[in-house]
Amino acid sequence: MSILATVPPPREAPGGSAEITLRTSAALPGPVQFLSRALRTLWSNGKARLGLTILGVFILIALFAPLLAPHSPTATTFPPYLNPTSTNLFGTTGNGQDVFSQMLYGARVSLLVGLSAGLAATIVAVTIGLIAGYRPGPVDEVLSFVTNLALVIPGIPLMIILAAYIPSRSVWTIVFVVAITSWATGARVVRSQASTLRSREFVTSAVFSGERLFRVVFREILPNMTSLVAASFFSAATAAVMAEASLEFLGLGNPSTVSWGTILYYAQQQNALLTGQWVLVLAPGLAIALLALSFTLVNFGVDALSNPRLREK
Amino acid sequence: MGYALRKVVLFFITLWAAITLNFILPRLMPGSPVDAALGKLASSGVQITNAQRQAVEIQLGSAHGNVLSQYGQYLNDIVHLRFGRSFSFPTETVTHTIAKALPWTFVLVGATTVFAFVIGTLLGVYAGWRRGKLADSTVTIGATFFAAFPPFWLGLLLLYALAYKLNWFAIKGGYSPGLTPNFSLSFLSDAFQHSVLPALTLAVTSLSGWVFGMRNNMINILGEDYVTFAEANGLRTRTIALLYGARNALLPNVTAFGLSLGAVVGGSILVEGIFSYPGLGNLLYVAVSNRDFPLMQALFLVITVSMLVAIFVVDLLYTRLDPRVRQ
Repeated sequence: MSILATVPPPREAPGGSAEITLRTSAALPGPVQFLSRALRTLWSNGKARLGLTILGVFILIALFAPLLAPHSPTATTFPPYLNPTSTNLFGTTGNGQDVFSQMLYGARVSLLVGLSAGLAATIVAVTIGLIAGYRPGPVDEVLSFVTNLALVIPGIPLMIILAAYIPSRSVWTIVFVVAITSWATGARVVRSQASTLRSREFVTSAVFSGERLFRVVFREILPNMTSLVAASFFSAATAAVMAEASLEFLGLGNPSTVSWGTILYYAQQQNALLTGQWVLVLAPGLAIALLALSFTLVNFGVDALSNPRLREK
Repeated sequence: MGYALRKVVLFFITLWAAITLNFILPRLMPGSPVDAALGKLASSGVQITNAQRQAVEIQLGSAHGNVLSQYGQYLNDIVHLRFGRSFSFPTETVTHTIAKALPWTFVLVGATTVFAFVIGTLLGVYAGWRRGKLADSTVTIGATFFAAFPPFWLGLLLLYALAYKLNWFAIKGGYSPGLTPNFSLSFLSDAFQHSVLPALTLAVTSLSGWVFGMRNNMINILGEDYVTFAEANGLRTRTIALLYGARNALLPNVTAFGLSLGAVVGGSILVEGIFSYPGLGNLLYVAVSNRDFPLMQALFLVITVSMLVAIFVVDLLYTRLDPRVRQ
């Protein structure tokens, strides 16, 4: 633990005063070193390696979608309801759009929603968890109560209700709704870890040497739970990918967005399964499952980082 | 007793908070759900009276009027189970609509949860015990794989393969059209036949939580000193795995009940929608498609309160299982 405590924190730790900024800029390779070491440890885990590979492929597809896609995802230039052909690998939609190109472009939305909602939920979770864990007494009681409340209120119904009430239909609405509903598990884990770290010697000595609260919490305590934070990020991202697909399937997304969820939505509206266009259902579902699977697999590696008993021998 | 009392107090505070959240949410939202609701109601052919407008305003919030008195009225309505009228089913009250759907979801979600718990826990024990072996990787990878499927998508595929192509199960509904729900054997078997596919979908996608919880607990417990001691004593491996490992590993998994129930309840909304199963999930599906705010709000309340009660009961049972928390 004490070795870990001297490791420079990842980049998201805010540098408040000039002194802190100075130190980070002097040790610039620090965060890079940290990241590369974390990646190397993750890579040594078989499951995480598979997960990172799948995730990498999806990221490449999302980045290079315009180059990879044979047609425009929105152009309605083809005959509608085509079964897979050599020009339209996955067939066409009822509006005559190329489904294969839509699938490639859809990776963008799913990754964007998954990663940004995961990030937003993690920021909420870490903030609430750290404050609750570091400030026992009334502050902790109130924050823990809110966390427990958020845990027991069923997430998907709340998500659906929220999305239905919010009149604007955009990807960001979904990110917002997912972030609000899936931070609680992470907050609880971070809180319990923070409250055990609070009484460790290195924290006590940091407090006695006169460091400010912000610095103690974000530079001494936070770096020691990097793996927990990463774990809560990836599980929130998994939840976000699933939630986005569910909300869009229900028709609560923006129907003009090209995403895997909206492909499923239109497929269901057109009864694609019964008309024999099962590719319209199979392909986006498989893509969602693969992306969610890759997040979960990476999380296996992260779990093994924090709990040596779960490491592969 | 201190533990139980604390749980009871906490339960009531949580209950109040959930009910209040349900009151606040529509009032926080931009736009006016009231006007949207009244517009819908009018377009479905219902005459809007002043009393009706007032009832909708109490439910969803209005620009004028005292918030506190609205809140009092809202609590009063909930105590008397008055949820107004929905515009998806204009001929009956929301309370009536929900009461009809409630038993279906209770049975479906309840049976699925028990089934997933038993199977998942057993698989988790096995994987944890055979850790690092082929059996472990098969179970873990299989559970991860199935958990990654969106429940509604798996439901669509099962519906297509088993109901539409193979005709093994009915395509939609909770019972065959023409029957009226009763407790006769023929009706129950018909309802059972209709519930297999949605239950299977939910069970398969919610299995993994139990498997991983149990596997990780097993691995942690098997690293304890008393297990090493039992091994040194030459106890049979079965005794160690089941009595020393699984028995102790089960306890933390019971507390995960609430979260798992949440997953099943959440999944059941879309899955019921796909199978047109006559439960709460399908109602919410209908309500959301029609932007039926009164029905949505009442459903959210009923789902939340039922979940709170279920978790509360499990928490109380937990004191029976683990003597340590009773002190």
